[in-house]
Formats: sequence, structure tokens, C-alpha cells
Amino acid sequence: MPARNVAMREAIRRALREEMHRDDNVFVMGEEVAYWQGTHRVTRGFLEEFGERRVRDTPISEMAIGGLAVGAAMAGLRPVAEFMTINFAFLALDAIANHAAKVRYFFDGMFKVPLVYRAASGWGNQATASHSHAPEPIFAHFPGLYVGCPSNSMDAYGMLKASIRDDNPVLFTESIALYPKPGPMPAEDDGDFLIPIGKGDIKREGGDVTLVAYARGVDWALQAARQLARDGVEAEVVDLRWLRPLDMELVYQSFKKTNRCVIVEESLPMYSFGGEIAALLQENMFDYMDAPIKRVAAEDAPLPYSKEIELLALPDAQKVVNAVKEIV
Amino acid sequence: MGSPTKAMLLDWYRQMVLIREFEETCHRLYEEKRITGVYLHLYSGHEASGVGSMAALRKSDHVITAYRDHGIALILGMDPKAVMAEMMGKKTGSSGGKGGSMHLASKDHNFWGGYAIVGGHLPLAAGIALEARYHGKDDVTMTYVGDGATNNGYFHESLNMSAIWDLPVVWIIENNGYAMGTEVDRASGQVELHRKAEAYGIKSFGRVDAQNALEVYAVALKAVDYARKKGPVVIEHVTYRYRGHGVSDKQYDAREDMSAELKEWMATREPIKILRDCIESQYGDVGEVLAQHEADAVQIVADSVTFAEASELPSTYEDLMRNTYVSSDLVHKTAASVGAGID
Ligand SMILES: Cc1ncc(C[n+]2csc(CCOP(=O)(O)OP(=O)(O)O)c2C)c(N)n1
Ligand SMILES: [Mg+2]
Repeated sequence: MPARNVAMREAIRRALREEMHRDDNVFVMGEEVAYWQGTHRVTRGFLEEFGERRVRDTPISEMAIGGLAVGAAMAGLRPVAEFMTINFAFLALDAIANHAAKVRYFFDGMFKVPLVYRAASGWGNQATASHSHAPEPIFAHFPGLYVGCPSNSMDAYGMLKASIRDDNPVLFTESIALYPKPGPMPAEDDGDFLIPIGKGDIKREGGDVTLVAYARGVDWALQAARQLARDGVEAEVVDLRWLRPLDMELVYQSFKKTNRCVIVEESLPMYSFGGEIAALLQENMFDYMDAPIKRVAAEDAPLPYSKEIELLALPDAQKVVNAVKEIV
Repeated sequence: MGSPTKAMLLDWYRQMVLIREFEETCHRLYEEKRITGVYLHLYSGHEASGVGSMAALRKSDHVITAYRDHGIALILGMDPKAVMAEMMGKKTGSSGGKGGSMHLASKDHNFWGGYAIVGGHLPLAAGIALEARYHGKDDVTMTYVGDGATNNGYFHESLNMSAIWDLPVVWIIENNGYAMGTEVDRASGQVELHRKAEAYGIKSFGRVDAQNALEVYAVALKAVDYARKKGPVVIEHVTYRYRGHGVSDKQYDAREDMSAELKEWMATREPIKILRDCIESQYGDVGEVLAQHEADAVQIVADSVTFAEASELPSTYEDLMRNTYVSSDLVHKTAASVGAGID
């Protein structure tokens, strides 16, 4: 596979564009996706290429965006609905959690809901409190929904394609901080490059400690691993990629080898991803546990505007290194 | 098109007495604790609203509603046995016992379901209508929505969206005077509810006396035709609920004004009687046919109860988990499921 460097934004754009060419039932809708060319430029050029039928600007109506996608999907379309940022998807929580995730269940399998919600996610850049969330775990709470959170271009490309082709509803989050990050891609002609839903990935091998992460947390974990290696500590980095379904087998395999674990996430610390992984480890891997499980997450505060305290709130590689040093 | 034929009127009568018998039986079964649960919202009193409006549809059109959905399901021709079994949470229920009273649906009848979150089904309706537009079909989506739901954000966002995208939705506001215990004028600044839709540029067919199936039908015909050709329309059905908000509603026992109001509606605006009078004034004595429909309704509903009570309850872990996802092999195995030895 040629290692062509493509920004994650472009990888997502390519996946979406190719899927729209493959299947006429795939269409995009959302605020500013058409004439504005996408708030994050993911749908740049789409209006010109596919026209208004398939590239649909919506009003600022998150509840309707969330629910309309459900009805369209039940009726046989394959909507890809964009929330400008995930902060605004809170307004659509009912459509997502009570409808997208449940209609198949409460009608006992009568309908499929093959939709994808895309949402830009993450903290930072002085976006201030209401625009600074990485709340993926909230959405991963609900059975019936899949949640995908890629950490790089190739994963984003293969995961989004798999999400669009799957018959279940998927919430697909895209870390704003990772949009410009370049990374290798599969071969140009491999339009069927798919990353199976629910499959995690080892991003770095190591025998001393397991770092479990997803999305932007993977970058912090990898940076920390490089730093730790200088001190002779080899960290294994598990990128779960999907918060639902959760590839715990991969975590268990790694943990059986390292017997130590630090969980890294961009989200808030209470009732969190870290809490879930730690609980599953102690329930199922107690005999392999040589040290307390550590968690690195954002600080338990809303995000402020001012730069220095904003950075203080965020997790980073150094916090991961510090956590590892407490247990190795 | 235009005025309904004699055969249609007789069939409407059949539908209306079937609904009434079904709903009153549900009420009795609930009192006898043979139907359990906390939610059971009956369509008694509303019959003409659904029967008259759906008579204007063709088979390929779509229907969606909220939780007051038993009558809608029966009008569309769902099997009363499967509907009754769903009330009792049985495996043979139309939703396998997973949905209950508020979540009836039938793909075969283009019935997209009953929904329990107030307003939650309204954007779904717009999405279903979008599919028709997207594929160049002229099928309409008939969408029932309560007066109370017109105050919730879903209503406004969905109606607006249907207007800007010219979606073929027939929005039918079933104004039965109350949202649970809240009168329309205590909840809505605009009490002519169809005018809220007009604010979004939606064509309004105004208010209709929805106790009279013929009036409902006449307006629905025009509205459906308009929606097919052009875009969304709204109709406000003025109706009344005979069994309160739901079976646990005790207001009518506690409030004299409400029980007097109910008696007044039943005495003067009873939809089944209005239809009967219409049929008789046009076609003379059809008592025998009507009596037969009444007797059939009693038998059909009794059979549905027998069927439902004889059916099995879902009881296994597999029953619980089934259809969470399209393919269940990816379902996240919780610690609890692992502990229960189910893998
Ligand atoms: C979002 C939401 N809020 C509150 C409720 C509780 N609730 C159920 S039905 C109802 C009243 C709705 O009244 P209306 O829309 O007029 O319909 P009707 O019951 O009269 O048919 C309320 C408040 C709910 N199910 N969903
Ligand atoms: Mg009402």
C-alpha cells in the first residue's frame, strides 16, 4: 500500500464522495453542507458534483435533522447527516438515542435504520465551554447505535465507508484537531477498503504497559509511548476505533501481556470511557492485574476561554507519561 | 372521486365499530389486569378522524402517528389478533411484544408506527416523505399529531423542513382539546392550531369537524391531492377523547366540568351515530348490515383476546436481545451477559 499522505479531512471527504458515486441512495444533509461547502470543508465540491437532490442544506434544526434521517433510512435511503459540531447534536439526542437507536428494536426488527450521523468533535482552540466537548461516550451509552471515532486518515476512510454500508445507525465523530493531520491511505483504486465495525487496532506494540485510547487520545498515547521508550518502558497502544461495539478482546490480549493499563481519552472523567474500560478489566482480568488501572481524561471542569487554563484542562502526552510512571 | 359510495360508508361503519369495540375491550382488560403496563391511550371518540382521512389514501401512501395508534392500525387493516397480542406483550404481537400499545407498526401496510415521544415521529414523517420525493414517487405521508405536540420543537422544525423541501406530508393535527390535563388555550398562544403551519408557508385546509367522517373525508381528498402534486398541507381535526388521556387518567372522575363536557360530546357529537344517521338518511334502512358489522366486531375482538391470551410471552435472553442491531453478532457483550453464561 503506497503511503500517500492525505489529511484526515480529505480522507473522510474521499470516502463520502466514493460512497455517493457507488450508491445513489446515499445523500448528505446538514447545516452548510452544500453552498458553504461544509463548515469543515468535508463536503467541498459536493454540491457541484452531485446537485441539490443529494447535497441538502438544512435549516438550523438539529431535532429535525436527527429524526428526518431516521425516517429516510427506514424508508430505504442511506442518509449521511452532518451535525456541524457534536455540541449541537445534544439538541438531537432524542432523535439519536430514542429513535435512531431504538426503532428497530421496538418494532422487533421490522425496519432497518442505515444512517450515519457525522459530527466534528473535540476540545481546544479557545472555542469556549459550550463548543468544547468530546462527548462520544454519552452516545455510546445506547444499545442500537454504533459509535466510530477514528484517529487517522486511513482508519477514517475505511471506517466511514463501513459505516455507510452497514444497515445499523452509526454516529461517526471526527476530531477537529485531527482534520488537518496527514496520514497514509490505501491504494487509490481500492474503493472497497473497509474497516470492520467494532474492530480495534494495535497502533504500537510493547510489553510493559497497555495504553487504551481512541481518536485524539491515540496521538497522546503514541507521543507518550515514544517518550517512555527513552526511559526503557515499552508501551502498547490499543486504538479501539469504535466505542460501540467495543473490541475488549483486543484490550484483554494486550493486558494479559502487560498486566498494566492506562486509559487515555479526550472526554470528561466522570461516568466515562475510562471508567467503563477499567471496570471491564477488573471484572474480567483481575488475575492478570499487577497495578491499579490509571485514567487520563480531561479535567472535571467546563472548558474556559483563556489559553493557559484551557490547556490545563486538556489531557496531553505528559499526563499519560506521568500516569504510566506511577504504575511501572 | 368526491362523495363516498354506499359501500365506502358501510365499510367506514365497519371500521368504526371495530375500533370502538377493540378500544372498549382494551379498557376492560386493563381494569381486569389482563392487559398490564402503564400506557394505553385509546382512540374511542377519535374514530371518524382516522377513518375519514385515511379513506382518501391509496395503498402506496404512508401513515405514521404517535402513541394513540390502535385505531390507525386497525383502519389500515392490521390483524386485530396481532394488535391485541401486542397489548399483552406476547411473542405473536405485531412487534413481538417488544413495543406494546404505543409501538404498533406494519411494513406490509406502509404503517410506519406509533411513537411514544411527543413529536418524535414528526421528523421521521418528513424523512419518509423525502424518500418519495427523492425517487420521484408521488406517495404522500399522512401524519397524525396531537394538539399538545404542536408546542414542541419537533413540530416546528419538521413542518418548516417539509415546507422548504416541498415534502408530500399531510399533517393532521388531531385537536382533542387536551394534552394530558392541559387545555389547548393554556398551552398554545395560537389556539387555531393549523395556523402554526401556515406560519411556515404550509397550505392549510383549516379546521374540520372530525366527529363527522364525511366532512373529514371531503377535506382529506383535497388535501391529499394537493400534497401529491405540490407539497405539505395541514388539516386541523377537532375531536374528543372518550377515555381520557390514557387508561390511568382519573381527571374525569375528579372534575365535574370535564365529565359534563364528555357527556355532552357523547350525546351530541358521537362519530358512529353521526355516520349511521348519514347512511340512513341517504340509503334508508340498512340496519341489518350495520347490525352485522357490530356483531362481527364483537366476534373479531373476542377472537383476538382468545388468541392473545393463548399466546406465549417472550421469555429468553435471546428474546430480550434480538433486533437490537441488524446482525446481533456485534452486540456489545456486557459483563452481565458474560456472567449469565450467554456468549
Ligand atoms: C417529549 C415528551 N414529553 C412529555 C411526554 C409525556 N406525554 C405523553 S402524551 C402527552 C400529551 C400529548 O398530548 P397531545 O399531543 O395533545 O396528544 P393526545 O394525547 O391528546 O392524543 C404528554 C405530555 C412525552 N411522551 N414526550
Ligand atoms: Mg390532545
